[in-house]
Amino acid sequence: MSLTPLYWLIGLFLAVTSWRAASDGQGPRAWARAALYGCLAILFLAGDVLPRALVGGLVLVVAVLAGFLVPAQVAVRSTAPARPRGGSRLLWPILFIPALTLLLSFGLPHVQGAAGPIFTAQSAALYGLALACVLSLVLACRVTREAPISATLRGADLLESIGWAVMLPLLLAMLGSLFAKAGVAQALAQAMGTLLPLDRAYVAVLAYGLGMAALTMAMGNAFAAFPVIAGGIGLPYLVQVHGADPAPLAAIGMLCGYCGTLLTPMAANFNLVPAALLELKDRNGVIAAQVGTALPLLAGNLILLGLFCW
Amino acid sequence: MNTWALLPIAVVILGFALRQHPARVILMAALVAAAVGGMQPLQALEEIGDSFLKARFLLVIVLALPVIAVVEAHGLRELARQWIVSRGNWMPGRLLTLYLLIRQVAAALGLTSLGGHAQMVRPLVAPMAEAAAEARCPDLPDSTRQRVKATSAATDNVGLFFGEDIFIAFGAVLLMQAFFAERGVELTPLSIALWGIPTAILAFAIHAFRLWRLDRQLAAEARSAGHGPRDGAAP
Repeated sequence: MSLTPLYWLIGLFLAVTSWRAASDGQGPRAWARAALYGCLAILFLAGDVLPRALVGGLVLVVAVLAGFLVPAQVAVRSTAPARPRGGSRLLWPILFIPALTLLLSFGLPHVQGAAGPIFTAQSAALYGLALACVLSLVLACRVTREAPISATLRGADLLESIGWAVMLPLLLAMLGSLFAKAGVAQALAQAMGTLLPLDRAYVAVLAYGLGMAALTMAMGNAFAAFPVIAGGIGLPYLVQVHGADPAPLAAIGMLCGYCGTLLTPMAANFNLVPAALLELKDRNGVIAAQVGTALPLLAGNLILLGLFCW
Repeated sequence: MNTWALLPIAVVILGFALRQHPARVILMAALVAAAVGGMQPLQALEEIGDSFLKARFLLVIVLALPVIAVVEAHGLRELARQWIVSRGNWMPGRLLTLYLLIRQVAAALGLTSLGGHAQMVRPLVAPMAEAAAEARCPDLPDSTRQRVKATSAATDNVGLFFGEDIFIAFGAVLLMQAFFAERGVELTPLSIALWGIPTAILAFAIHAFRLWRLDRQLAAEARSAGHGPRDGAAP
């Protein structure tokens, strides 16, 4: 099943957020915030039917709005309710989301349509999460006796308080694809190949593990870095010249990349979005909390590579 | 070799090193990458549009926000706080170590949806860790509070990253297998997944050690501020 209906649902929520921002007369730069979420809503609702170049133009408008015009912190309107309701039953909707997501992501791929299964594994996971959120909202509204529309408005305010961080993963995916077109990663792997004496095994191991971490930091994604580093250093040097065992080489190499993910603002959905979600004062606070785990683990991975590949 | 192709990476590194706004860094790097890649303006716009549309699935998580907002407005964080306080002497590090274990084991079994920053860390894990720190150290300095919150998010990441790689049907494992298969090296997904285990154990050990140290530092801060352990059993 195509993801379009899912995008419409997200687009509607973004449209509500845009309308909510526009009607916030006292807030700072209400027009810029409304325009930002409005552009995003258009991209989600109509992105598939608009000309690609126009879509690209809108993405640049989103980036300019987020980067220059929308205030970094939007003070959220007071959302405290008159009377708290629900007690310990408030936990149910929160635990319902992961439980139902899990159930649906295993169950949906077995739903058969006229022409075979309706959902792929990926679309089942996404529809599972979306359906779990919608059903949990129904449950949350019952528990708190709030109307769905007022709950949605609270959600829109929360989205605004997270702010531009929420769209960074999409902008970074766009950047990653431009990097791929420009051959950035290949140039980096080539530069390492020319500059380093990779005919020595330990240099090759270091270049492979550190290269995975560094390229992941630059691209924000270990999946994008793996083919480049494994194809530029891992296979031609470590496997074919030095006789390394490819299975541990692949697995531990990827995990070197994950250490890089812990260290880079380019991995926005893991590092910058949570900092915004938790209202940290330092945008890089999550990365700072991860350095002490990532660096020793990277060193450990390099040792494991040396131990297990031969 | 096209050395100019390294320029966009230099822009990214410089931009983040100078702590520029991420959206500005991305915008600048995108323009440089398009120029270095020799793209026509229209072609670059189409590429930007196309890749953005394909990445839209990343925003599905915003659908959880209304649920979280409404239960938080009715006092979920307070509930999480009370629950922790009623459990007595839980320290934030110990709590987060338990969460790390659950998150990592669940991810290794393919249950990656049990967790996440929006669904779990913001509404439950971080408020509980914060409350545990407060229970130990009533006038918690703001820097420590920030650190406890950031560490909650970090713990979710560490558990997810170094758990999911052990699951044989996980995308990364299949990606590695496909990469080597295309080049004539046959590997089974199981062999790749098993080689993820040593790092997974190491990751747990390192992060759990840091969480233990966090608890020790909190205890030291509490002592220096004149608050002993709550049971008052001094040695």
